[in-house]
Amino acid sequence: MNMSFRIFKNVLKQGFQGMWRNRGMGIASVGSITAVLIILGMVLIMILSINNIVSETQSKFDEIQVFLEDDIKEKNIDTIGNKIKSSDGVKDVKFLTKDEAMKDMKEDWGEEGGLLEGLEDENPLPNSYIIQLKDIEYADAVVENIKGMKGIEEVKYYRDIIENLLSTANYIRITGVIIIIILMAVSVFIISNTIKITVTARKREVNIMKYVGATNGYIRGPFIIEGILLGLIGAILSILIVNYGYDYLFKIINEKLYVIFTVYLVAPHALLKDISIMFIAIGVGIGTLGSLVSLKRFLNV
Amino acid sequence: MIEFINVSKVYKNGTKALNDINISIDKGEFVFIVGHSGAGKSTLIKLLLKEVEPTSGKIILDGMDITKVKNRKIPYIRRKVGVVFQDFRLLPNKTVYENVAFAMEIIGAHPAEINRRVPTVLNMVELDDKANDYPDQLSGGEHQRVAIARAIVNNPPVLIADEPTGNLDPDTAWEIMKIMKNINRRGTTVLMATHAKDIVDCMKRRVVALEDGKIVRDEEKGVYEYEF
Repeated sequence: MNMSFRIFKNVLKQGFQGMWRNRGMGIASVGSITAVLIILGMVLIMILSINNIVSETQSKFDEIQVFLEDDIKEKNIDTIGNKIKSSDGVKDVKFLTKDEAMKDMKEDWGEEGGLLEGLEDENPLPNSYIIQLKDIEYADAVVENIKGMKGIEEVKYYRDIIENLLSTANYIRITGVIIIIILMAVSVFIISNTIKITVTARKREVNIMKYVGATNGYIRGPFIIEGILLGLIGAILSILIVNYGYDYLFKIINEKLYVIFTVYLVAPHALLKDISIMFIAIGVGIGTLGSLVSLKRFLNV
Repeated sequence: MIEFINVSKVYKNGTKALNDINISIDKGEFVFIVGHSGAGKSTLIKLLLKEVEPTSGKIILDGMDITKVKNRKIPYIRRKVGVVFQDFRLLPNKTVYENVAFAMEIIGAHPAEINRRVPTVLNMVELDDKANDYPDQLSGGEHQRVAIARAIVNNPPVLIADEPTGNLDPDTAWEIMKIMKNINRRGTTVLMATHAKDIVDCMKRRVVALEDGKIVRDEEKGVYEYEF
């Protein structure tokens, strides 16, 4: 064993000792870091899911679906079709009958498609035109053009939905970031107080170390290790909680047959690796920062 | 070994602690620093331990100019100076042996070296039989002997003692002085700040007397003060 390894081992040992002796405050510190990271996890999942929905929806962005009234006359259907075809920016128009719409829906629902069994006779889905646009730019003009025509029940296009989603995502992002920053500051404060207690408890020892010629690194090392450990424990706890918690929630949503939602939700396992790396980095970062703040204020070497 | 060249120290609050101090201490000398409280003894020691920076002048320790050094280097300067305080400063939750070994662990000494060196030093301060006792089982004199053992265990060329007998009764104080003398005899330069008139007078060593931050007397085989 060489000298620097022995020194490192000593520093590490003292760090662990400091954490263990000061475990009351340690629990508070770990708790605060865990809370920050869990909230961060929730915000992340929400934002990622919304992004998912946006990108799913975006592929339908250049589509406008015109739903027709059920009691519409054949002639009116054609009139509407022609009117659409004559609009600027329309690339293609497809007529989707009630029956086709039902078939598509069954396919979309996959395994749960059986639920729609028996609805064929009283098919609630309307006939519709699906308009392919040359460019999204034309969407408003086309909608304007056909709106108000007789026999049209509803015109659905995705610009509104996407704008809503994006602004919701933005709102969640901003609120999340604010909450996370506040909680991070609180965590740094709690950790710096925890470390302060260890510093105070070891004041004598530090004083002696100083006179015997311990390097600053040797003196500070254990406190920083303590901060890092607290951050690491907080990170691991929050990774477990977020991972299993979300997995559980995801399953419940799935089991309750809201397949429509889970299609859009981020898959729990896709998150694990990224969240782990991120949480550990943030947890350790908060812990280190808390220690440094404390050492700067309370340890004069 | 130690040299102060035109050293002055003015604290931020305006206190003039030292005023144009010139001292040169050779290797192996035993020097008493005497003077009333506030005469500048503590500042002199703090300058050597790099706890405070001189306002002006130059300080040389073991051939090295330590007037201006980077913070990073300070620990290595302190390793050249063993220090003993009036209040002992032992760790209560460590045994005598561990208190001494602690000073070696901090600088990363090899465990075999620690096992070899600590008993030797404890023998020098005559505490072999107390190695496994805790500080609260020791007398005041024994406390100070542990502190001395800790100060010299890393073999520093200089030992500084700040009123080492200040908390001890006369008999015990003499025990400590005997140990200090032995350490000095082995070649360690000893610098001792003290109020103990009888000790200074009996030892007949070099005495540097400070008054209001100035050296008022510096003589070989001196005494604490002259009666007028």
